[in-house]
Amino acid sequence: MIWIQHDPVIDSGHILLKSLFFYPVLKKQIRKNITGRAMTESTISDILQFMFMGIQRGCIYALAAIGFNMIYNATGIINFAQGEFVVIGGLMMVTLTMTWNLPIPLAFLLTTAFVTLIGIAMERFTINPVKHPTVLRLIIITIAVSIIIKGAAMCFWGKNSHFMRHFSSAETLDFYGATILPQTIWIIGILLFIVAGYIFFFNYTMTGKCMRACAINRDAARLAGINDRKMVMLSFALSAGIGAIAGIIITPIIQMDYARGALLGIKGFGAAVLGGLGNSMGAIIAGVLIGVLEALAAGYISSHYMDAIALIILLLVLFVRPSGLFGSSEAMRLKEF
Amino acid sequence: MKKRSVFLLAALAMVLSFSSAITAMAEDIHVGCIFAITGKASWLGEPERNTAEMVAKKINAAGGINGKKLVLHIEDDQGDNTQAVNAVNKLIKKDKVCAIIGPSTSGTSMAVVPIVQEAKIPLLSCAGAAVIVEPASERKWVFKTPQKDSDCVKRIYDHMKGKGIKDIGIISSTSGFGDAGRNQLKKIAAEYGINIVADETYDPTATDMTAQLVKIKNAGAQAVVNWSIEPAQAIVPQNIKQLKLTIPLYQSHGFGNLKYAAAAGEAGEGLIFPAGRLLAVDTVADDHPQKKVLVDYRNEYESTYKDKVSTFGGHAYDALYILTNAMKKVGDDPAKIRDEIEKTEFVGTAGIFKFSPTDHCGLDKTAFEMLTVKNGKFVVLTE
Repeated sequence: MIWIQHDPVIDSGHILLKSLFFYPVLKKQIRKNITGRAMTESTISDILQFMFMGIQRGCIYALAAIGFNMIYNATGIINFAQGEFVVIGGLMMVTLTMTWNLPIPLAFLLTTAFVTLIGIAMERFTINPVKHPTVLRLIIITIAVSIIIKGAAMCFWGKNSHFMRHFSSAETLDFYGATILPQTIWIIGILLFIVAGYIFFFNYTMTGKCMRACAINRDAARLAGINDRKMVMLSFALSAGIGAIAGIIITPIIQMDYARGALLGIKGFGAAVLGGLGNSMGAIIAGVLIGVLEALAAGYISSHYMDAIALIILLLVLFVRPSGLFGSSEAMRLKEF
Repeated sequence: MKKRSVFLLAALAMVLSFSSAITAMAEDIHVGCIFAITGKASWLGEPERNTAEMVAKKINAAGGINGKKLVLHIEDDQGDNTQAVNAVNKLIKKDKVCAIIGPSTSGTSMAVVPIVQEAKIPLLSCAGAAVIVEPASERKWVFKTPQKDSDCVKRIYDHMKGKGIKDIGIISSTSGFGDAGRNQLKKIAAEYGINIVADETYDPTATDMTAQLVKIKNAGAQAVVNWSIEPAQAIVPQNIKQLKLTIPLYQSHGFGNLKYAAAAGEAGEGLIFPAGRLLAVDTVADDHPQKKVLVDYRNEYESTYKDKVSTFGGHAYDALYILTNAMKKVGDDPAKIRDEIEKTEFVGTAGIFKFSPTDHCGLDKTAFEMLTVKNGKFVVLTE
């Protein structure tokens, strides 16, 4: 069997280089694909089809990005174990639904609760006890935790990929000539639900407001009587929970295995940076934007370049606005990392 | 006085155990194995390790190699080139092995080729790429047991020709496996008069390939070939069903894992792919020369490890038997083993091997059987 190690970072660099060298070819292909075709009914249904694909991909990036932001706001670090939360969520769901045959809503709640507990345990046992929590030290701890979780997942679930059935039927729905899987509707619906819950929590509850206060200025928040350590724990719990949900909803489509965490995290991180690190609404918009751009690139230019195009846009945005699309440059200057 | 005698006894014991170790070294036959037992390619290395241990036990229980015990030195390279090189050096210099089986992946195999060529130790790779053993004149000490990806392409094109299919769309993953397959598909197409009208890719983490498939549909393809070894490939049949495309779907031999068929579900029914016969043992004709080997290996593996048999373990099975058969004839001299393997004919799990000085793989396209998915199981395609 042929198997050459697949390194996402090296690969995207490679694709980027390739796309720069083949710019003339690319230009010709765009012209051929876009101008050479009249706007007929079939092109409209094609565009719709590409949008569905893009939104589905984008929702997953957005969910991963929210998880990154939550912990970033509370601690100022990037949690490298974020992808692992997604994996554990997916694998746990497989066990509960396929092996124990629990109904999906119950399994959904149990899995989310379980991964949330892992998030809390991670904060209590690895982040909280650190005496002098510098950014670098904490980031290295999250890398260590991600390796431990990955190893544990390998021991429990083995090295194979696991699959589970779709939430509802796998029959497709027609929509103006384009088709959509019910699972995609679930993904979009759950993302919207999380966004609504997110807005409610951070704007209308005391705990949510305390978390925001800590994110804006930890010292001032502490002076006002907010227990900032507790808020850090809460941020780990929430981001683990959201990671778990991301894992649960994509597993019926992609199958889950223990080694997927890093790859799932990378695009989400890109979305978080594009939206402005720390800005979760920005992350959601940026995540969906990256997904849609990739799908349109695959449909109208070439699937060989689709990752490159998303990366080029990410780079261009960061050249012009280093704080991301929705980030504030003043806030950026005050941050340590 | 007492102290002294204790010391003397200890020294004597040490000398004795040492000398017995030396005599044991001289009597046993040492063979090295390098598999990706952990890491990203562990699903290749684990069944290979299990199989090698199982076969070695069986050979030793039956009297070893001409009365000498077969000792395997198994190393884990984690699918990593540097670790594979270190492991080969250790096996050759420290364990003094007379031949090496593995590594599991094409990347690691290519990395160790220069070392075994230099040390003049025969290597039987368990990886797929044809370049590992080609050209044979520059790969004097290197052999491999899995089928070649180019033969897989030829089987697919043969089948297409029979069905009158000319214009095809290909979709492959961007991993090493997908990329090598894509190159072979493009290279061999002209030979069969096949026209590739759309050439698309997806990365192994993709969740939806409808955009690529819409392009293939708009290009007017009469069939789709999907080349990948990652779980993401099971999404393609689902997307084809979703888009209501009715053109036939061909998969590569990388689809040969029942889990992928389960993941593709109903959408996977009827897709066509070439694979080694091990996957559809029960539907292989009883008079086929491979039937007995396949059934024996499957039963033995599944009863020993309580796990489903895979084609990858079969590659280690073939390699170890080819090697030990040669050693039974010529002993443990590396140069003699090499010459003997070059003359070997062997009925194995991957196919019927016929090695020659110009062919160090020994298999041709007949090693592949066209399979299809029927009721979630792999069966031999009869039409």
